[in-house]
Amino acid sequence: MSELINFLGSNIQMLYIVILSIFVGVEVIGKVPAVLHTPLMSGANAIHGVVIIGAIIVMLNTDSSNILALSLGFVAVVLGTLNVVGGFVVTDRMLEMFKKKK
Amino acid sequence: MNSIYILDIIYLIASVTFVIGLKMLSHPDTARKGNLWAAFGMGIAIVGTIFLYESHYATRDSTKLLLIFGAIGIGTIAGWMTAKKVQMTKMPELVSLFNGMGGACAALIGLMEYEHNKGNTMAIATIIAGMIIGSVSFSGSIIAFLKLNGTLNKPVRLPSYNILNTIIMVVLLGVGAYISYDQPEFIFVFGLFVLALIYGVLFVLPIGGADMPVVISLLNSFTGLAAAFGGFLYHNQVMLTGGILVGSAGTILTLAMCKAMNRPLSNVIFGAFGGGSATGGGPEVNGSIKDISISDTAILMNYAKKVVIVPGYGLAVAQAQHVIHELENILEDHGVEVKYAIHPVAGRMPGHMNVLLAESNVSYDKLVEMEDINPEFPNTDVVLVVGANDVVNPAAKTDPSSPIYGMPILDVENAKHIIVNKRSMNAGYAGIDNLLFYNPKNSMLFGDAKDVLTKLVHELKNM
Repeated sequence: MSELINFLGSNIQMLYIVILSIFVGVEVIGKVPAVLHTPLMSGANAIHGVVIIGAIIVMLNTDSSNILALSLGFVAVVLGTLNVVGGFVVTDRMLEMFKKKK
Repeated sequence: MNSIYILDIIYLIASVTFVIGLKMLSHPDTARKGNLWAAFGMGIAIVGTIFLYESHYATRDSTKLLLIFGAIGIGTIAGWMTAKKVQMTKMPELVSLFNGMGGACAALIGLMEYEHNKGNTMAIATIIAGMIIGSVSFSGSIIAFLKLNGTLNKPVRLPSYNILNTIIMVVLLGVGAYISYDQPEFIFVFGLFVLALIYGVLFVLPIGGADMPVVISLLNSFTGLAAAFGGFLYHNQVMLTGGILVGSAGTILTLAMCKAMNRPLSNVIFGAFGGGSATGGGPEVNGSIKDISISDTAILMNYAKKVVIVPGYGLAVAQAQHVIHELENILEDHGVEVKYAIHPVAGRMPGHMNVLLAESNVSYDKLVEMEDINPEFPNTDVVLVVGANDVVNPAAKTDPSSPIYGMPILDVENAKHIIVNKRSMNAGYAGIDNLLFYNPKNSMLFGDAKDVLTKLVHELKNM
């Protein structure tokens, strides 16, 4: 129990970010018209590719002689990049079509 | 000047671009810019992390940097090529695939961080939570991808799968708690990873293809959550804001989709759609089906005042988006008012049909959403339904035993004439019969959508 309280207390700023971000997410997304739901889903999909930063951090923290960890990290960075780049490019392709109207 | 502060500021900027990006995505005029802003934020966050991240263990030697840039290079080229080449109709499965990649990335981070964090219960709990969610999201997305591209097109039902899934989930949570508390050998973590993968597969397998968009949206928010757990672990604000934003965005979007189909989320996940008893029996069918020829259709449309087109996924499959735009143009030239009625779940995702029609230059003020077009049907002369079925099925209103009962539909039967273009009398995606076809006002125009519409345009040109 005390461990949990300590954890919450020492991470209180992170918890603020979490809670406020939930509200921001709901507010911002709540107003998107149905027309844009697919691009939005795709755009959000690209944004959670931010997990790649975790993969980069793992690689930076890994000892250079640890081949196994380095190779796993390598795979993780490739996967994360696929998520980010693929996500943003697909979203852009969808939105490009909305653009050239009229 | 401390370089770690610079990285913090970069993360702050990136977080703001994510919020602004999502905000701008909510208007058609700014959407594209919004996406680019978010991409820009992501770019600086990634580059900043590579060069400025500091910790007790962090080192940068040339091999490591080479590996990181090599991995980013490979991912960029592969992601870029796939995204540029994919057909618009294949969009949903691609989103699912990319989502799975993010989930796998989160799961791998969890696997690698376990040993470093032994001794810190809460850190291990965070790692385990992120790993479980990431793995479920990964294997679930791959199954969703396979289902959408047709490799796995039948809902698979293990006996009492609800109980089985619940048991696996309880075991996942139990073992997760045990690992966090006791921090056993790595093999336990690996076992948990494999079990989470299995859970993801079992979670998505029994769900029918029609519900895949909801599932993808849900898994999308799962991956967001997994990223946020990573943010917690590293005290990394940008991972946290990005992950949580997507988590809440995905949840809202998931609920919006469920609302459009008028089914609670629990029903999508645990209930039966497109399988089991729901399709049994079916409504009593009386009356007969009328055929109509292309030239009769052309005459009917030419002398109409107002025509409403109801496009469905079948239109996209037949690659007929461009021809339908031609049809719209020629009818407008002949003084007919033309609109498109867009059901919230037309296509395979909310807004998917809008994307497909936008691709063929249909102007988006012609695309009218369900609530706005339904009151207009009584003074519509001709409704042309192309490749859509379930979204115009009156069983949704009249037949409580139907699997789509309660889903809001387009009230096309209020129009003066209804013409349905279909390839054959096969049932729609939900696998049920459509009473609309037996309506006396309804005529069937059989044939491939592209073929039929091309001939229709040709007829109209000669009038």
